[in-house]
Amino acid sequence: MSAQIQNTSCSHPSGVIYLDYQATTPCDPRVVEKMIPYFYENFGNPHSRNHYYGWSAEEAVEKARLQVANLINANPKEIVFTSGATEANNLALKGVMKFYQDRKNHLITCVTEHKCVLDTARHLEQEGVQVTYLPVKPDGIIDLDKLESAITEQTALVSIMAVNNEIGVIQPIEEIGKLCRSKGVFFHTDAAQAVGKIPLDVLKMHIDLLSISGHKIYGPKGVGVLYVGRKPRVRLVPLMNGGGQERGLRSGTLSPALCVGLGEACVIAGEEMTQENTRLLDYRDYFYKGLMQELDEIYLNGSLIHRVPGNLNISFAHVEGEGLMMGLKDLAVSSGSACTSASLEPSYVLYALGVNEELAHTSLRIGFGRFTTLEDLRYAMKRIIAEVKRLREMSPLWEMSREGIDLKSINWAVH
Amino acid sequence: MAYAQKVIDHYENPRNVGSLDKNDRSVGTGLVGAPACGDVMKLQIRVKDGIIQDARFKTFGCGSAIASSSLVTEMVKGKNLDEALTIKNTAIAQELSLPPVKIHCSMLAEDAIKAAIQDYKNKQESDDA
Repeated sequence: MSAQIQNTSCSHPSGVIYLDYQATTPCDPRVVEKMIPYFYENFGNPHSRNHYYGWSAEEAVEKARLQVANLINANPKEIVFTSGATEANNLALKGVMKFYQDRKNHLITCVTEHKCVLDTARHLEQEGVQVTYLPVKPDGIIDLDKLESAITEQTALVSIMAVNNEIGVIQPIEEIGKLCRSKGVFFHTDAAQAVGKIPLDVLKMHIDLLSISGHKIYGPKGVGVLYVGRKPRVRLVPLMNGGGQERGLRSGTLSPALCVGLGEACVIAGEEMTQENTRLLDYRDYFYKGLMQELDEIYLNGSLIHRVPGNLNISFAHVEGEGLMMGLKDLAVSSGSACTSASLEPSYVLYALGVNEELAHTSLRIGFGRFTTLEDLRYAMKRIIAEVKRLREMSPLWEMSREGIDLKSINWAVH
Repeated sequence: MAYAQKVIDHYENPRNVGSLDKNDRSVGTGLVGAPACGDVMKLQIRVKDGIIQDARFKTFGCGSAIASSSLVTEMVKGKNLDEALTIKNTAIAQELSLPPVKIHCSMLAEDAIKAAIQDYKNKQESDDA
Protein backbone atom coordinates (compact mmCIF):
# COMPACT_ATOMS: atom_id res chain seq x y z
CA MET A 1 0.00 0.00 0.00
CA SER A 2 2.74 2.42 0.94
CA ALA A 3 4.83 1.53 -2.11
CA GLN A 4 1.89 2.38 -4.32
CA ILE A 5 1.50 5.83 -2.79
CA GLN A 6 5.22 6.54 -3.05
CA ASN A 7 5.16 5.79 -6.75
CA THR A 8 2.17 7.94 -7.49
CA SER A 9 3.04 11.10 -5.57
CA CYS A 10 4.36 12.74 -8.74
CA SER A 11 1.12 12.08 -10.60
CA HIS A 12 -1.28 12.93 -7.80
CA PRO A 13 -4.86 13.15 -9.14
CA SER A 14 -4.92 16.89 -8.40
CA GLY A 15 -1.83 17.33 -10.57
CA VAL A 16 -0.31 19.31 -7.70
CA ILE A 17 2.95 18.21 -6.11
CA TYR A 18 2.85 18.49 -2.33
CA LEU A 19 5.82 20.44 -0.97
CA ASP A 20 4.37 21.78 2.28
CA TYR A 21 5.44 19.10 4.78
CA GLN A 22 5.80 21.66 7.60
CA ALA A 23 2.10 22.51 7.31
CA THR A 24 1.05 18.89 7.53
CA THR A 25 2.05 15.46 6.32
CA PRO A 26 0.01 12.73 4.69
CA CYS A 27 -1.00 10.02 7.11
CA ASP A 28 1.28 7.04 6.43
CA PRO A 29 -0.81 4.16 4.99
CA ARG A 30 0.75 1.84 7.61
CA VAL A 31 -0.65 4.19 10.26
CA VAL A 32 -4.11 4.25 8.68
CA GLU A 33 -4.13 0.46 8.57
CA LYS A 34 -3.52 0.23 12.32
CA MET A 35 -6.23 2.82 13.06
CA ILE A 36 -9.09 1.33 11.07
CA PRO A 37 -10.15 -1.42 13.56
CA TYR A 38 -10.69 1.23 16.24
CA PHE A 39 -13.54 2.93 14.46
CA TYR A 40 -16.02 0.04 14.29
CA GLU A 41 -14.96 -3.39 15.58
CA ASN A 42 -12.98 -2.02 18.47
CA PHE A 43 -14.95 1.09 19.26
CA GLY A 44 -14.95 0.90 23.05
CA ASN A 45 -14.45 3.77 25.46
CA PRO A 46 -10.95 3.30 26.87
CA HIS A 47 -12.18 4.67 30.19
CA SER A 48 -14.92 2.01 30.59
CA ARG A 49 -13.57 -0.21 33.31
CA ASN A 50 -16.22 -2.92 33.40
CA HIS A 51 -16.26 -4.80 30.11
CA TYR A 52 -14.34 -6.20 27.21
CA TYR A 53 -14.89 -3.23 24.89
CA GLY A 54 -13.40 -0.79 27.35
CA TRP A 55 -10.46 -3.04 28.25
CA SER A 56 -9.58 -3.67 24.64
CA ALA A 57 -9.66 0.04 23.79
CA GLU A 58 -7.64 0.83 26.91
CA GLU A 59 -5.04 -1.75 25.97
CA ALA A 60 -4.65 -0.12 22.55
CA VAL A 61 -4.29 3.35 24.09
CA GLU A 62 -1.71 2.13 26.61
CA LYS A 63 0.29 0.43 23.89
CA ALA A 64 0.28 3.70 21.91
CA ARG A 65 1.36 5.58 25.03
CA LEU A 66 4.35 3.26 25.37
CA GLN A 67 5.22 3.69 21.67
CA VAL A 68 5.24 7.48 22.02
CA ALA A 69 7.25 7.29 25.24
CA ASN A 70 9.86 5.02 23.65
CA LEU A 71 10.57 7.48 20.85
CA ILE A 72 11.60 10.22 23.30
CA ASN A 73 12.95 7.97 26.08
CA ALA A 74 10.16 8.84 28.49
CA ASN A 75 8.07 6.76 30.86
CA PRO A 76 4.55 6.00 29.51
CA LYS A 77 3.11 7.55 32.69
CA GLU A 78 4.59 10.87 31.54
CA ILE A 79 2.62 10.90 28.28
CA VAL A 80 -0.61 12.96 28.19
CA PHE A 81 -2.66 12.68 25.02
CA THR A 82 -4.12 15.96 23.74
CA SER A 83 -5.91 17.17 20.62
CA GLY A 84 -2.65 18.34 19.08
CA ALA A 85 0.44 20.43 19.66
CA THR A 86 -1.54 23.66 20.09
CA GLU A 87 -3.35 22.17 23.07
CA ALA A 88 -0.14 20.61 24.40
CA ASN A 89 1.63 23.98 24.24
CA ASN A 90 -1.31 25.73 25.91
CA LEU A 91 -1.37 23.09 28.66
CA ALA A 92 2.36 23.35 29.24
CA LEU A 93 2.52 27.15 29.45
CA LYS A 94 -0.76 27.91 31.18
CA GLY A 95 -0.58 24.78 33.31
CA VAL A 96 2.86 25.48 34.72
CA MET A 97 2.49 29.25 35.08
CA LYS A 98 -0.87 28.98 36.82
CA PHE A 99 0.37 26.32 39.21
CA TYR A 100 3.57 28.13 40.18
CA GLN A 101 2.40 31.75 39.70
CA ASP A 102 2.28 32.49 43.43
CA ARG A 103 5.96 31.65 43.83
CA LYS A 104 7.46 32.24 40.40
CA ASN A 105 5.86 34.53 37.87
CA HIS A 106 8.29 34.72 34.98
CA LEU A 107 8.20 32.89 31.63
CA ILE A 108 10.93 32.95 29.00
CA THR A 109 10.22 32.14 25.36
CA CYS A 110 11.48 33.22 21.97
CA VAL A 111 10.28 35.59 19.22
CA THR A 112 10.28 32.89 16.52
CA GLU A 113 8.01 30.46 18.37
CA HIS A 114 4.84 29.16 16.76
CA LYS A 115 1.80 31.43 17.14
CA CYS A 116 0.20 29.05 19.62
CA VAL A 117 3.08 29.60 22.05
CA LEU A 118 3.32 33.36 21.43
CA ASP A 119 -0.42 33.87 21.70
CA THR A 120 -0.54 31.84 24.91
CA ALA A 121 2.33 33.92 26.29
CA ARG A 122 0.47 37.14 25.43
CA HIS A 123 -2.61 35.79 27.16
CA LEU A 124 -0.56 34.97 30.27
CA GLU A 125 0.88 38.49 30.23
CA GLN A 126 -2.65 39.84 30.49
CA GLU A 127 -3.10 37.65 33.53
CA GLY A 128 -0.07 39.18 35.18
CA VAL A 129 2.73 36.82 34.15
CA GLN A 130 6.05 38.47 33.25
CA VAL A 131 7.23 37.24 29.85
CA THR A 132 10.65 37.62 28.23
CA TYR A 133 10.80 37.10 24.47
CA LEU A 134 14.36 36.16 23.54
CA PRO A 135 15.65 37.39 20.18
CA VAL A 136 17.40 35.04 17.74
CA LYS A 137 20.69 35.40 15.90
CA PRO A 138 20.58 35.98 12.10
CA ASP A 139 20.77 32.19 11.62
CA GLY A 140 17.60 31.74 13.69
CA ILE A 141 19.27 30.18 16.73
CA ILE A 142 18.94 31.65 20.22
CA ASP A 143 21.94 33.00 22.11
CA LEU A 144 22.52 30.81 25.18
CA ASP A 145 24.22 33.66 27.05
CA LYS A 146 21.13 35.79 26.57
CA LEU A 147 18.98 32.95 27.84
CA GLU A 148 21.19 32.54 30.89
CA SER A 149 21.08 36.22 31.74
CA ALA A 150 17.30 36.31 31.28
CA ILE A 151 16.74 33.62 33.92
CA THR A 152 15.96 35.09 37.34
CA GLU A 153 14.82 33.80 40.72
CA GLN A 154 11.30 34.45 39.47
CA THR A 155 11.57 32.29 36.34
CA ALA A 156 9.28 29.27 36.42
CA LEU A 157 9.51 28.09 32.84
CA VAL A 158 11.58 28.37 29.68
CA SER A 159 9.77 27.42 26.46
CA ILE A 160 11.94 27.14 23.35
CA MET A 161 10.89 25.22 20.26
CA ALA A 162 13.12 22.36 19.09
CA VAL A 163 12.70 23.01 15.35
CA ASN A 164 11.19 26.09 13.77
CA ASN A 165 8.16 25.54 11.53
CA GLU A 166 9.08 28.19 8.96
CA ILE A 167 12.85 27.92 8.63
CA GLY A 168 13.51 24.42 9.99
CA VAL A 169 16.38 25.47 12.24
CA ILE A 170 17.25 23.29 15.23
CA GLN A 171 17.78 24.95 18.61
CA PRO A 172 20.50 23.66 20.97
CA ILE A 173 17.99 21.74 23.06
CA GLU A 174 20.44 19.77 25.17
CA GLU A 175 22.37 22.90 26.15
CA ILE A 176 19.15 24.74 26.99
CA GLY A 177 17.99 21.76 29.04
CA LYS A 178 21.23 21.61 30.99
CA LEU A 179 21.15 25.32 31.69
CA CYS A 180 17.54 25.26 32.87
CA ARG A 181 18.11 22.23 35.06
CA SER A 182 21.15 23.85 36.67
CA LYS A 183 19.04 26.91 37.50
CA GLY A 184 16.06 24.93 38.76
CA VAL A 185 13.80 26.18 35.99
CA PHE A 186 11.43 23.93 34.05
CA PHE A 187 12.15 23.53 30.34
CA HIS A 188 9.36 23.03 27.80
CA THR A 189 10.03 22.46 24.12
CA ASP A 190 7.51 22.53 21.30
CA ALA A 191 8.84 19.54 19.33
CA ALA A 192 6.02 19.38 16.76
CA GLN A 193 8.49 19.88 13.89
CA ALA A 194 11.31 17.94 15.55
CA VAL A 195 9.89 14.55 16.46
CA GLY A 196 10.93 11.93 13.93
CA LYS A 197 13.42 14.34 12.37
CA ILE A 198 16.04 14.72 15.09
CA PRO A 199 16.77 12.29 17.94
CA LEU A 200 15.07 13.42 21.13
CA ASP A 201 15.86 12.04 24.57
CA VAL A 202 14.04 13.79 27.40
CA LEU A 203 16.41 12.43 30.05
CA LYS A 204 19.67 13.20 28.29
CA MET A 205 18.39 16.61 27.16
CA HIS A 206 16.84 17.51 30.55
CA ILE A 207 13.46 18.26 29.00
CA ASP A 208 10.62 18.66 31.52
CA LEU A 209 7.77 19.18 29.05
CA LEU A 210 7.61 18.37 25.34
CA SER A 211 4.82 18.84 22.80
CA ILE A 212 4.15 16.46 19.91
CA SER A 213 1.73 16.77 16.99
CA GLY A 214 0.37 13.67 15.24
CA HIS A 215 -0.09 15.13 11.79
CA LYS A 216 3.42 16.53 11.44
CA ILE A 217 4.88 13.03 11.76
CA TYR A 218 2.72 11.09 9.26
CA GLY A 219 0.08 10.41 11.89
CA PRO A 220 -3.53 11.62 12.02
CA LYS A 221 -4.71 15.18 12.63
CA GLY A 222 -6.53 15.86 15.88
CA VAL A 223 -4.11 14.17 18.24
CA GLY A 224 -0.94 15.21 20.02
CA VAL A 225 0.95 14.65 23.23
CA LEU A 226 2.35 16.61 26.09
CA TYR A 227 5.17 14.83 27.84
CA VAL A 228 5.13 15.89 31.49
CA GLY A 229 8.26 14.81 33.32
CA ARG A 230 8.16 13.18 36.74
CA LYS A 231 11.81 13.62 37.76
CA PRO A 232 11.74 16.40 38.72
CA ARG A 233 7.98 16.35 38.95
CA VAL A 234 6.21 19.05 36.95
CA ARG A 235 2.81 20.07 38.26
CA LEU A 236 0.14 21.61 36.06
CA VAL A 237 -3.27 23.18 36.37
CA PRO A 238 -5.45 21.47 33.71
CA LEU A 239 -7.09 23.54 30.97
CA MET A 240 -10.42 21.72 31.12
CA ASN A 241 -12.62 20.28 33.82
CA GLY A 242 -14.20 16.89 33.44
CA GLY A 243 -13.77 13.23 34.19
CA GLY A 244 -10.15 13.53 35.21
CA GLN A 245 -8.70 11.37 32.44
CA GLU A 246 -4.98 11.46 31.66
CA ARG A 247 -3.97 11.64 35.35
CA GLY A 248 -6.33 14.55 35.81
CA LEU A 249 -4.40 16.71 33.37
CA ARG A 250 -6.64 16.36 30.36
CA SER A 251 -10.27 15.42 30.78
CA GLY A 252 -12.24 14.01 27.89
CA THR A 253 -12.64 10.59 26.29
CA LEU A 254 -9.57 9.62 24.33
CA SER A 255 -9.90 8.49 20.73
CA PRO A 256 -8.23 5.08 20.58
CA ALA A 257 -8.00 5.29 16.78
CA LEU A 258 -6.10 8.60 16.94
CA CYS A 259 -3.87 7.42 19.81
CA VAL A 260 -3.07 4.18 17.97
CA GLY A 261 -2.26 6.17 14.84
CA LEU A 262 0.09 8.48 16.71
CA GLY A 263 1.74 5.50 18.41
CA GLU A 264 2.35 3.75 15.11
CA ALA A 265 3.65 6.98 13.55
CA CYS A 266 6.18 7.18 16.40
CA VAL A 267 7.27 3.56 15.87
CA ILE A 268 7.86 4.18 12.16
CA ALA A 269 9.63 7.49 12.87
CA GLY A 270 11.99 5.74 15.29
CA GLU A 271 12.79 2.94 12.84
CA GLU A 272 13.18 5.03 9.69
CA MET A 273 14.46 8.41 10.84
CA THR A 274 18.13 7.80 10.07
CA GLN A 275 17.67 6.52 6.53
CA GLU A 276 14.93 9.05 5.79
CA ASN A 277 17.16 11.91 6.89
CA THR A 278 20.02 10.69 4.71
CA ARG A 279 17.77 10.51 1.67
CA LEU A 280 16.14 13.91 2.30
CA LEU A 281 19.49 15.56 2.88
CA ASP A 282 20.66 14.36 -0.53
CA TYR A 283 17.45 15.67 -2.08
CA ARG A 284 17.81 19.03 -0.39
CA ASP A 285 21.40 19.49 -1.50
CA TYR A 286 20.48 18.58 -5.06
CA PHE A 287 17.51 20.94 -5.07
CA TYR A 288 19.23 23.90 -3.43
CA LYS A 289 22.36 23.62 -5.58
CA GLY A 290 20.20 23.34 -8.70
CA LEU A 291 18.40 26.58 -7.84
CA MET A 292 21.64 28.39 -7.04
CA GLN A 293 23.19 27.34 -10.35
CA GLU A 294 20.36 28.87 -12.34
CA LEU A 295 19.31 31.87 -10.26
CA ASP A 296 21.28 34.85 -8.94
CA GLU A 297 20.33 36.66 -5.77
CA ILE A 298 18.59 33.91 -3.90
CA TYR A 299 19.04 33.77 -0.15
CA LEU A 300 18.48 30.94 2.29
CA ASN A 301 16.71 32.06 5.45
CA GLY A 302 18.04 30.43 8.62
CA SER A 303 21.01 28.22 9.31
CA LEU A 304 21.83 25.58 6.70
CA ILE A 305 23.84 23.46 9.14
CA HIS A 306 21.48 23.43 12.11
CA ARG A 307 18.44 22.57 10.06
CA VAL A 308 16.16 19.59 9.49
CA PRO A 309 16.65 18.03 6.03
CA GLY A 310 13.10 18.52 4.70
CA ASN A 311 12.96 22.32 4.83
CA LEU A 312 14.18 25.14 2.64
CA ASN A 313 13.08 28.73 3.08
CA ILE A 314 14.43 30.85 0.26
CA SER A 315 14.05 34.50 -0.68
CA PHE A 316 14.05 35.13 -4.42
CA ALA A 317 15.08 38.78 -4.57
CA HIS A 318 12.77 41.11 -6.52
CA VAL A 319 9.99 38.52 -6.99
CA GLU A 320 7.06 38.82 -4.60
CA GLY A 321 6.24 35.51 -2.91
CA GLU A 322 2.49 35.48 -3.38
CA GLY A 323 2.85 36.42 -7.03
CA LEU A 324 5.39 33.64 -7.42
CA MET A 325 3.09 31.08 -5.82
CA MET A 326 0.34 32.02 -8.26
CA GLY A 327 2.63 30.98 -11.07
CA LEU A 328 3.41 27.71 -9.30
CA LYS A 329 -0.11 26.43 -9.01
CA ASP A 330 1.01 22.87 -9.73
CA LEU A 331 3.22 23.03 -6.63
CA ALA A 332 1.82 23.17 -3.10
CA VAL A 333 4.35 25.43 -1.38
CA SER A 334 3.95 28.15 1.20
CA SER A 335 4.79 31.83 1.24
CA GLY A 336 5.36 32.99 4.78
CA SER A 337 3.89 30.52 7.21
CA ALA A 338 0.75 28.63 6.33
CA CYS A 339 -0.84 29.82 9.55
CA THR A 340 -0.36 33.49 8.81
CA SER A 341 -0.35 33.63 5.03
CA ALA A 342 -4.04 34.59 5.02
CA SER A 343 -3.05 37.93 6.54
CA LEU A 344 -0.72 38.76 3.61
CA GLU A 345 1.74 40.16 6.14
CA PRO A 346 5.30 38.99 5.69
CA SER A 347 6.60 36.51 8.19
CA TYR A 348 7.48 37.62 11.73
CA VAL A 349 10.04 34.83 11.83
CA LEU A 350 11.98 36.31 8.92
CA TYR A 351 11.80 39.77 10.53
CA ALA A 352 13.25 38.26 13.69
CA LEU A 353 16.27 37.04 11.69
CA GLY A 354 16.81 40.60 10.47
CA VAL A 355 15.80 39.78 6.88
CA ASN A 356 14.91 43.11 5.26
CA GLU A 357 11.29 43.78 4.45
CA GLU A 358 11.63 43.45 0.70
CA LEU A 359 13.34 40.07 0.96
CA ALA A 360 10.79 38.94 3.54
CA HIS A 361 8.14 39.48 0.86
CA THR A 362 9.99 37.25 -1.60
CA SER A 363 10.27 34.06 0.41
CA LEU A 364 8.97 30.60 -0.29
CA ARG A 365 8.95 27.70 2.14
CA ILE A 366 9.57 24.41 0.39
CA GLY A 367 8.96 21.40 2.60
CA PHE A 368 9.46 17.81 1.59
CA GLY A 369 9.36 14.48 3.31
CA ARG A 370 8.64 10.78 3.32
CA PHE A 371 6.63 10.58 0.11
CA THR A 372 8.54 13.15 -1.94
CA THR A 373 10.38 11.67 -4.89
CA LEU A 374 13.42 12.94 -6.72
CA GLU A 375 11.22 13.40 -9.80
CA ASP A 376 8.92 15.65 -7.76
CA LEU A 377 11.86 17.84 -6.83
CA ARG A 378 13.33 17.86 -10.32
CA TYR A 379 10.03 19.08 -11.68
CA ALA A 380 9.57 21.65 -8.89
CA MET A 381 13.07 22.98 -9.45
CA LYS A 382 12.48 23.42 -13.17
CA ARG A 383 9.18 25.19 -12.56
CA ILE A 384 10.51 27.53 -9.86
CA ILE A 385 13.51 28.53 -11.98
CA ALA A 386 11.31 29.27 -15.02
CA GLU A 387 8.74 31.25 -13.03
CA VAL A 388 11.31 33.31 -11.09
CA LYS A 389 13.01 34.22 -14.37
CA ARG A 390 9.67 35.17 -15.98
CA LEU A 391 8.60 37.34 -13.03
CA ARG A 392 11.99 39.00 -12.76
CA GLU A 393 11.63 40.13 -16.35
CA MET A 394 8.40 41.80 -15.20
CA SER A 395 9.87 43.23 -12.00
CA PRO A 396 10.81 46.92 -11.84
CA LEU A 397 13.04 46.13 -8.87
CA TRP A 398 15.00 43.52 -10.82
CA GLU A 399 15.43 46.02 -13.66
CA MET A 400 16.64 48.72 -11.28
CA SER A 401 19.02 46.36 -9.55
CA ARG A 402 20.45 45.32 -12.96
CA GLU A 403 20.94 49.02 -13.77
CA GLY A 404 22.95 49.34 -10.59
CA ILE A 405 20.38 51.48 -8.78
CA ASP A 406 20.50 51.05 -5.02
CA LEU A 407 16.88 50.39 -4.05
CA LYS A 408 17.52 51.85 -0.61
CA SER A 409 18.41 55.20 -2.22
CA ILE A 410 14.84 55.63 -3.46
CA ASN A 411 12.32 57.50 -1.39
CA TRP A 412 9.51 54.96 -1.48
CA ALA A 413 6.02 56.05 -0.53
CA VAL A 414 5.24 53.46 2.14
CA HIS A 415 1.52 52.84 1.98
CA MET B 1 -8.27 31.93 -2.14
CA ALA B 2 -9.15 31.37 -5.78
CA TYR B 3 -8.29 34.05 -8.31
CA ALA B 4 -10.80 35.42 -10.78
CA GLN B 5 -10.40 34.33 -14.39
CA LYS B 6 -9.45 37.81 -15.63
CA VAL B 7 -6.71 38.13 -13.01
CA ILE B 8 -5.29 34.78 -14.08
CA ASP B 9 -5.44 35.79 -17.74
CA HIS B 10 -3.54 39.07 -17.14
CA TYR B 11 -1.07 37.28 -14.85
CA GLU B 12 -0.33 34.53 -17.37
CA ASN B 13 -0.50 36.73 -20.46
CA PRO B 14 0.43 40.20 -19.23
CA ARG B 15 -0.17 42.98 -21.77
CA ASN B 16 2.50 45.55 -22.53
CA VAL B 17 5.26 44.36 -20.20
CA GLY B 18 8.47 46.27 -20.63
CA SER B 19 10.10 49.67 -20.46
CA LEU B 20 10.15 52.86 -22.51
CA ASP B 21 13.13 55.23 -22.46
CA LYS B 22 12.58 57.18 -19.25
CA ASN B 23 14.75 60.04 -20.56
CA ASP B 24 12.61 60.51 -23.67
CA ARG B 25 10.74 63.82 -23.49
CA SER B 26 7.50 62.19 -24.69
CA VAL B 27 7.59 59.49 -22.00
CA GLY B 28 6.09 59.84 -18.53
CA THR B 29 7.12 57.39 -15.82
CA GLY B 30 5.22 56.58 -12.63
CA LEU B 31 6.87 54.49 -9.94
CA VAL B 32 4.56 53.80 -7.01
CA GLY B 33 4.39 51.47 -4.03
CA ALA B 34 7.27 50.25 -1.89
CA PRO B 35 9.31 47.05 -1.76
CA ALA B 36 8.72 46.85 1.98
CA CYS B 37 4.97 46.72 1.39
CA GLY B 38 5.28 43.93 -1.15
CA ASP B 39 4.21 45.84 -4.24
CA VAL B 40 5.88 48.28 -6.63
CA MET B 41 4.46 49.33 -9.99
CA LYS B 42 6.25 51.13 -12.78
CA LEU B 43 3.91 52.51 -15.43
CA GLN B 44 5.19 54.38 -18.47
CA ILE B 45 3.21 56.25 -21.09
CA ARG B 46 4.27 57.70 -24.44
CA VAL B 47 2.27 60.80 -25.34
CA LYS B 48 1.89 62.35 -28.76
CA ASP B 49 -0.40 65.30 -29.52
CA GLY B 50 -1.95 64.97 -26.06
CA ILE B 51 -2.95 61.33 -26.65
CA ILE B 52 -1.42 58.31 -24.88
CA GLN B 53 -0.03 56.32 -27.81
CA ASP B 54 1.68 53.56 -25.89
CA ALA B 55 2.01 52.23 -22.36
CA ARG B 56 4.34 49.76 -20.62
CA PHE B 57 4.51 48.32 -17.11
CA LYS B 58 6.68 46.35 -14.78
CA THR B 59 5.33 45.20 -11.43
CA PHE B 60 6.71 43.57 -8.30
CA GLY B 61 3.74 42.15 -6.44
CA CYS B 62 1.02 39.58 -6.19
CA GLY B 63 -1.05 38.34 -9.13
CA SER B 64 -3.70 41.00 -8.56
CA ALA B 65 -1.09 43.77 -8.64
CA ILE B 66 0.34 42.42 -11.88
CA ALA B 67 -3.14 42.09 -13.38
CA SER B 68 -4.16 45.61 -12.27
CA SER B 69 -1.13 47.19 -13.90
CA SER B 70 -1.46 45.08 -17.04
CA LEU B 71 -5.09 46.16 -17.32
CA VAL B 72 -4.36 49.89 -16.95
CA THR B 73 -1.84 49.79 -19.80
CA GLU B 74 -4.76 48.72 -21.98
CA MET B 75 -7.16 51.25 -20.46
CA VAL B 76 -4.98 54.32 -20.93
CA LYS B 77 -3.98 53.70 -24.53
CA GLY B 78 -5.76 56.01 -26.96
CA LYS B 79 -7.02 58.29 -24.17
CA ASN B 80 -6.03 61.92 -23.76
CA LEU B 81 -4.43 62.90 -20.46
CA ASP B 82 -7.61 64.29 -18.91
CA GLU B 83 -9.54 61.16 -19.79
CA ALA B 84 -6.78 58.94 -18.38
CA LEU B 85 -6.90 60.91 -15.13
CA THR B 86 -10.55 59.98 -14.67
CA ILE B 87 -9.78 56.23 -14.45
CA LYS B 88 -10.82 55.16 -10.96
CA ASN B 89 -9.56 52.23 -8.95
CA THR B 90 -13.14 51.02 -8.59
CA ALA B 91 -13.33 50.42 -12.34
CA ILE B 92 -10.12 48.41 -12.22
CA ALA B 93 -11.27 46.41 -9.20
CA GLN B 94 -14.63 45.73 -10.80
CA GLU B 95 -13.19 44.67 -14.14
CA LEU B 96 -10.88 42.19 -12.40
CA SER B 97 -13.40 41.14 -9.70
CA LEU B 98 -10.81 41.87 -7.00
CA PRO B 99 -11.73 40.74 -3.48
CA PRO B 100 -11.67 43.41 -0.71
CA VAL B 101 -8.21 42.34 0.49
CA LYS B 102 -6.84 43.17 -2.98
CA ILE B 103 -8.45 46.58 -3.49
CA HIS B 104 -5.14 48.26 -2.66
CA CYS B 105 -3.71 46.78 -5.89
CA SER B 106 -6.26 48.72 -7.95
CA MET B 107 -5.57 51.87 -5.91
CA LEU B 108 -1.89 51.51 -6.63
CA ALA B 109 -2.64 51.17 -10.36
CA GLU B 110 -4.69 54.40 -10.27
CA ASP B 111 -1.79 56.11 -8.48
CA ALA B 112 0.59 54.83 -11.16
CA ILE B 113 -1.45 56.49 -13.93
CA LYS B 114 -1.50 59.80 -12.04
CA ALA B 115 2.23 59.60 -11.33
CA ALA B 116 3.10 58.83 -14.97
CA ILE B 117 0.98 61.72 -16.25
CA GLN B 118 2.44 64.09 -13.66
CA ASP B 119 5.95 63.07 -14.68
CA TYR B 120 5.11 63.72 -18.32
CA LYS B 121 3.64 67.14 -17.49
CA ASN B 122 6.67 68.06 -15.38
CA LYS B 123 8.93 67.26 -18.32
CA GLN B 124 6.93 69.49 -20.67
CA GLU B 125 6.99 72.39 -18.19
CA SER B 126 10.72 72.14 -17.58
CA ASP B 127 11.25 72.12 -21.37
CA ASP B 128 9.11 75.22 -21.80
CA ALA B 129 11.06 77.10 -19.17
